[in-house]
Amino acid sequence: MSAEPKPKIGVFKFASCDGCQLSLLAAEDELLTVAGKIDIAYFLEATSHIDAGPYDIALVEGSITTPSDALRIRDIRQRSKYLITIGACATAGGIQALRNWADHDEFVRAVYARPEYIETLATSTPIAEHVPVDFELRGCPINRHQLVEVIVSLVAGRRPKTPSHSVCLDCKRRGTVCITVAQGVPCLGPVTQSGCGAICPAYDRGCYGCFGPAKQCNTGSLSQQLLADGTPAPELVQLLRNYNGYAPEFRYESERLAGLNSEVIS
Amino acid sequence: MTQERLIKVEALTRVEGEGGLFVRLVGDRIEDVQLTIFEPPRLFEALLRGRKLEEVPDITARICGICPVAYQMSSVHALEAALGIEITEDIRRLRRLLYCGEWIESHALHVHLLHAPDFLGYDSGIDMAKDFPNEVNRGLRLKKHGNQLLEVLGGRAIHPINVAVGGFYRAPRRDELTPLIPDFEWGLQAAVETTRWLATLNFPDFTRAYDMVSLVHPDEYPMNEGRVTSTTGAAWDVRDYEREFHEEHVAHSTALQSSRGERQACYHVGPLARVNLNRERLSPTARRIADEIGFETPCQNPFRAIVARGMEIIHAYEEALDILRTYRPPTIARIKYEHRAGEGCAATEAPRGLIYHRYEVDAAGLVTFAKIVPPTSQNQRQIEDDLRDYLPRILTDDDVATTRKCEQLVRCYDPCISCSTHFLKLTVQRDG
Repeated sequence: MSAEPKPKIGVFKFASCDGCQLSLLAAEDELLTVAGKIDIAYFLEATSHIDAGPYDIALVEGSITTPSDALRIRDIRQRSKYLITIGACATAGGIQALRNWADHDEFVRAVYARPEYIETLATSTPIAEHVPVDFELRGCPINRHQLVEVIVSLVAGRRPKTPSHSVCLDCKRRGTVCITVAQGVPCLGPVTQSGCGAICPAYDRGCYGCFGPAKQCNTGSLSQQLLADGTPAPELVQLLRNYNGYAPEFRYESERLAGLNSEVIS
Repeated sequence: MTQERLIKVEALTRVEGEGGLFVRLVGDRIEDVQLTIFEPPRLFEALLRGRKLEEVPDITARICGICPVAYQMSSVHALEAALGIEITEDIRRLRRLLYCGEWIESHALHVHLLHAPDFLGYDSGIDMAKDFPNEVNRGLRLKKHGNQLLEVLGGRAIHPINVAVGGFYRAPRRDELTPLIPDFEWGLQAAVETTRWLATLNFPDFTRAYDMVSLVHPDEYPMNEGRVTSTTGAAWDVRDYEREFHEEHVAHSTALQSSRGERQACYHVGPLARVNLNRERLSPTARRIADEIGFETPCQNPFRAIVARGMEIIHAYEEALDILRTYRPPTIARIKYEHRAGEGCAATEAPRGLIYHRYEVDAAGLVTFAKIVPPTSQNQRQIEDDLRDYLPRILTDDDVATTRKCEQLVRCYDPCISCSTHFLKLTVQRDG
């Protein structure tokens, strides 16, 4: 029956670059088809039509960095059947989570002449630290095919299928020669979740972990190898602390290495 | 009796990032116009300190998902200036090719999905597609071409991974780039059709005496380098940018606002400024279409920026085609360099206008200082100034119509609030 109401989708932004929600508009081939199957109820970047909900699916981009956003995400959760986080900011705090290891007030003073106009939290935290999340889509940015898969499967009432193996495996499948073994370049491929297509090693550089930790990744074993290969500990700390640096597996390892660093490096 | 009226847009739609608009009127007098920007600050200039300079193009890309290449290009040029690196002509051409991809993708998105709906009375490009399927589908195809070019050359369309200080991690093979040529030949003709269509839109009769600013290069349409030049005739070396252009922190915005000169005057950056200052350096087809549609320069009607974007899409296709057809992989993809303490700045042309970066680095190759001035912070004060001038002409309309017209004007600048920091909300307050 065509009279069945289309599922309502809302797209919400917190602290982020807009790139993940743009992935929806970047799915040029699928956009008009997918748009025909859903009711885009709230998507400020794409449409002036605003529907207050409730929503069947809320796609949430960005991390929580202000007191008002910490309240706003609770309100969105209450009005949504499924809440899906999209991208590294929403699932791990994003690059702006570097403030979590820094003096936040000093950071604000360094950027703004009038810090008193700025109201932010001292941390940038993932959505799941604030409200229950039904599904997390990784990536900085997310993979638009995975986004379409998530929307299509939720509309069809099945669980989205996204791979959870590591980038390392994708390099083998692509036939990319291992950049760590062959050239000694530090690479997070063994501990990073698949989804990007293993592009960095294919372009002659190491993976920097933008899809976050893979399932059951052994970060300790990787850093042991990279340290033995001659990568200094402070460099490894930085490699782990970028777009997904606050994801638990990367965070614990970088903090362990930072601790080692203060003892070992003189 | 004097009536107060407030016009508010709580959340501006079809712009990148989050902001609003607040207007307060007493009778017919405009008391206050604020482009409110509440995008949460992400403090990039602070978090870059202590990072390896090689990471800067990857990190600054994350400022904006729509124009990451603009951040990558500006940061690598500034860092190369700090390190004394001279890039080769081959690398320079590949960088222009990458920028062409971003201009096509970003302009096609803005023109078709974000701004044209204003001129034709729709809430979104998706709604507009029901009545204008050919135009919207053509626009999506153009946007896809831009993304495909970014994917081949940059590794992916959003946050490319192939841009390095000194060049590229890997130069593409010829057989990776040449398959794009047939699509780009089609796209050039499609961009011509798009621009002809854009020229037929109804433009509000609104012109201003703008001070427009863009890069100007003697031999080419500006992308990666040039002198910072104003339509007033003044010009500056990029190294003098901060002496002329100042940033100020105002209470209603988490983006800093720029102004120029001792008078702290507003100025206008973006496609209209570029076309006005560089019309004769547009590609041959773009120039021919500009003549054909009677695009007179200097054009001082901000609503016509959508046509300037069309002409820049044509230019980007034609220049990309020229580079693709003659491409031979460079022998050196990335220039080697030694770390040294230094300072360097650069300005390039993002799709939305001039963007300026300055860095200081230490001898270990770590960033010690970063300053980034995105196009939207430069346009923010200009947008408020435009609204002050435009509002008296549209106040006889009801609030809904006034608000829509204000938003249409704001969107002429394709504001990227994620860049400058969040989204536009228009709040029109009419008390009485």
